Amino acid sequence: MNAALESRPDRQSRLAYRASLSLRAVSVSRAGRRVLAGVTFDLSPGEAIILKGANGSGKTTLLRAIAGFLPAENGAIEVQSGESTRSSASDRRACIAYCGHADAVKAPMTVRENLSFWARLYGAPERRIAEALASFALQALADTHAGALSAGQRRRLGLARLVIAAKPIWLLDEPTSSMDAASSARLVALIENHRREGGAVLIATHDRIEIEGARNFVLEALETA
Amino acid sequence: MIADLANPERFERFVKPFWLTASALAVILLALGFYFGLFHSPADYQQGDTVRIMYVHVPAAMMSMACYTAMAVASIVGFVWKHPLADVAAKASAPIGAVFTALALVTGSLWGKPMWGAWWVWDARLTSELILFFIYIGYIAIWEAVDDKIRAARLAAIVAIVGFVNIPIIKFSVDWWNSLHQGESIFRRGGPTIDGSMLLPLFLMIGAYMMVYAALLVPAMKNELSARRIARLERMGGVSGVRPE
Amino acid sequence: MKTFLAIILRDVTLGFRAGGGATQAAMFFALVSLVFALAIGPEPARLSALAAPILWAGALLSALVSLDRIFQSDYEDGTLDVLVETADLLELRVLAKAAAHWLSSLLPLIVAVPLFALLLNLPVEGYWPLLASLLVGTPALSLIGALAAALTLALRRASILVSILAAPLYAPALIFGVGAAEAGAAGAPSFVPTLLLVAASSLFALVFAPLAGAAAIRFNMS
Repeated sequence: MNAALESRPDRQSRLAYRASLSLRAVSVSRAGRRVLAGVTFDLSPGEAIILKGANGSGKTTLLRAIAGFLPAENGAIEVQSGESTRSSASDRRACIAYCGHADAVKAPMTVRENLSFWARLYGAPERRIAEALASFALQALADTHAGALSAGQRRRLGLARLVIAAKPIWLLDEPTSSMDAASSARLVALIENHRREGGAVLIATHDRIEIEGARNFVLEALETA
Repeated sequence: MIADLANPERFERFVKPFWLTASALAVILLALGFYFGLFHSPADYQQGDTVRIMYVHVPAAMMSMACYTAMAVASIVGFVWKHPLADVAAKASAPIGAVFTALALVTGSLWGKPMWGAWWVWDARLTSELILFFIYIGYIAIWEAVDDKIRAARLAAIVAIVGFVNIPIIKFSVDWWNSLHQGESIFRRGGPTIDGSMLLPLFLMIGAYMMVYAALLVPAMKNELSARRIARLERMGGVSGVRPE
Repeated sequence: MKTFLAIILRDVTLGFRAGGGATQAAMFFALVSLVFALAIGPEPARLSALAAPILWAGALLSALVSLDRIFQSDYEDGTLDVLVETADLLELRVLAKAAAHWLSSLLPLIVAVPLFALLLNLPVEGYWPLLASLLVGTPALSLIGALAAALTLALRRASILVSILAAPLYAPALIFGVGAAEAGAAGAPSFVPTLLLVAASSLFALVFAPLAGAAAIRFNMS
């Protein structure tokens, strides 16, 4: 699978630029309550971080803060790309693709229609739709209505957005939920390929996911003084 | 310094003299206003004693707009500078303003019965007042509907500000609508001019209503500040940090 | 511009597919007309005098019942994340959603207006003024509605709250819209100025609704 992906000539040119992410003493509050404090780490091109933590420990909050949906109360979230440093939420988004719990899939539209809508939003060329279908083995389902897909197939379609977006930094929230082993393996292959191209990946998950050379982080309650 | 006032005790200590003055003035002005309004002002040559409804109606109508203005200004301050005290002031103003609006509607309707022969006439001012009442309801409803108080404050501020810029247009459209559908209304309320002897109780009552607003606003703000702190304490969950495994 | 059109196209497509609700808005409009006619009685003169107000009120009510569709499903299925993530100007996204609502929920209903006007015995000279006032005035309903929908998108049973927030702001469009339709039907010279007031209501909504709606979405996403 991996080899097949790499043999495609256009795949090498997919990632136009590299970017690294850095968090410095970031704290985030929700509904007037501080959820995260002092979060500091770096994610460089080619790296992968797997973020674990109990339910409610703030994994989704952290990912959404990095993606720019939630404001960071303190600290800095920066994306470095080439010479430029992007610290505002809207600037960061240019380098980040976020896949949350929800797949953003519209049930009354076909798989291909969903993908081509995203391609319009991300300003991606048409050929990426075929790439996205191939990456998640969705070719046979291309003209099926998304409402008829199984939960795992729908998840694959949701993640196929990563191929369309072609952003250097991926933020994945529970990407393998309701996926079978073969699909998980396909996702891992895609992540490996993305890293080889210089992309970076941050995954929040409960599931076991084997990614070579990934760093493991845990979100857990701080000792309160 | 102003940030500290979001603490309920400090807020109470700081505004207590102000609140006591406002409450005392409210009582005095109300008493004087009622006295002059009921006993020391003439009856209207056309409307008779019913003109005395004016002393409760006109200040209520004025305060319905004044409260909304205060609410909108506080909303802008809260929206721009994200200060909790401004959010709380805006929120606390809304029910007071809604009650003034309801009072204006009810007294207007009571006044309408002898004047127009009907409890309700789609008079332009009454209609605008009714629409204003619905805007208040919407503002209060969004506060009620959103659990997260910080988000509720921002959304409610949007409602207040959008309502504020729309009120003149709504008022204009209702005036236009009313002039198009001239009904059987005969009298211009209050007559062409108001006699000086009527102005005194009117001004006393306007002053009294303003003090009532201030006197009600302070405890409402204090309650809201305390409620927020309790909610914050109840929600005290763990704070998470990241560490490598 | 391309993404702007893509969003409109997708929303309109979704609106017209099974369960999309575009046909439901038109059905609701038919129902409102029927209910008014039954309540008022069959007398032709009365009906023809009330036809324009009934049809304007029907359009307003149909708009209200279809508002929570504008953002709710996009919020629930995560599409709104993608729309915000890829937006250069969130205000334009709100505008696109409002335009799609107008195209899929209100335009079909305006197309059906001549039929209902016929049933309500609207005089012939009233058709064009009514259609003109609806075409010019209903965009205000979609724009203000999109704002109300943006304010309430994270709330579950929000449909009544959406109406409470939107309806007071609908007053100018409704008042001027009916006024223009009636002035036009009567051949009064005030028709054009009133129609301009209707247009002004829509233009004003065009300014504040996307601005306030985008702010509301940002706060609701956090």
